Amino acid sequence: MGVDTDPRLPFNRTMTEDNSDIQKFAAARLGDTAFFVSLGAEVLEIAKGRARSRLPYAPHLVGDPDTGVIHGGAITAMLDQTCGMAVASALKELMPFATLDLRIDYMKPAEPHADIFIEAECLKVTHEVAFTRGIAYQSSAEQPIALSTGAFMLIRSGGGKTGG
Amino acid sequence: MDVLKLASAEGRAPDPAALLAAIPYCRHLGLSVETAGSALVLLMPFAPHLIGNPVLPALHGGVIGSFLETAAIAQMIWELGGGQLPKPIDITIDYLRSGRAVDTRAQARIAKLGRRVVNVHAELWQEDPEKPVASLRGHFLLS
Repeated sequence: MGVDTDPRLPFNRTMTEDNSDIQKFAAARLGDTAFFVSLGAEVLEIAKGRARSRLPYAPHLVGDPDTGVIHGGAITAMLDQTCGMAVASALKELMPFATLDLRIDYMKPAEPHADIFIEAECLKVTHEVAFTRGIAYQSSAEQPIALSTGAFMLIRSGGGKTGG
Repeated sequence: MDVLKLASAEGRAPDPAALLAAIPYCRHLGLSVETAGSALVLLMPFAPHLIGNPVLPALHGGVIGSFLETAAIAQMIWELGGGQLPKPIDITIDYLRSGRAVDTRAQARIAKLGRRVVNVHAELWQEDPEKPVASLRGHFLLS
């Protein structure tokens, strides 16, 4: 797909081709997550420290039957998932990690009957924690429907917090 | 929503079970009302499609966030009524423990009721209410 010229790519940078084993592993493993699959979502791209996914509009996602607008929780789930994929692809070695916190600003309601795109970026990885931000949008990244900021706890072997 | 407008017209609190049943995404999560006292306690029985980490296994962080947000909305509807759903402005979710592959409950309380904006806190737990799995703080706009 033509990501170089895709006007929806919000961070003004081109995703670089990088097919390291870790990134392939992250894409394969996290894209198969049961809840992500149940939403009908798909992974579009994974590059080092970055991920894109798509949530096609579907009746089972509706949160307000009057308007057909999808539930905020479905957007939360997509942001959590896509930020997690960005973290997985940013790590130098494979290790489990768990969401520590997630803050979401709902900028405007999603338009019903239109797909939602998520783009996430892992901004920084320290020994213990990875910091992320994400954006959810429909027609244009210039008009986001939601923004997220989240921290993930890295679970290095030999102790520490465990979680999902 | 009809379930809200009808209750509002009749001057009573809407039936929270009917509210959850009318929202497709809540049906996808399998949410139901366990108790409806001054605070609603909602139940999410475990189901395989709620999994986010198959190795542990653990509930998906988005499932936990979705449940907390729904608990907040249901509590506002239960206490405040109104013909329309409150709209989220912002939410912060703290993940405190791993959400295991068992039944989960959530409850919310209104921390501050403003004219247009409501601040709500919600908590989610599994076997022990004293050991919350996650918590939410959020602002919602009243319609």
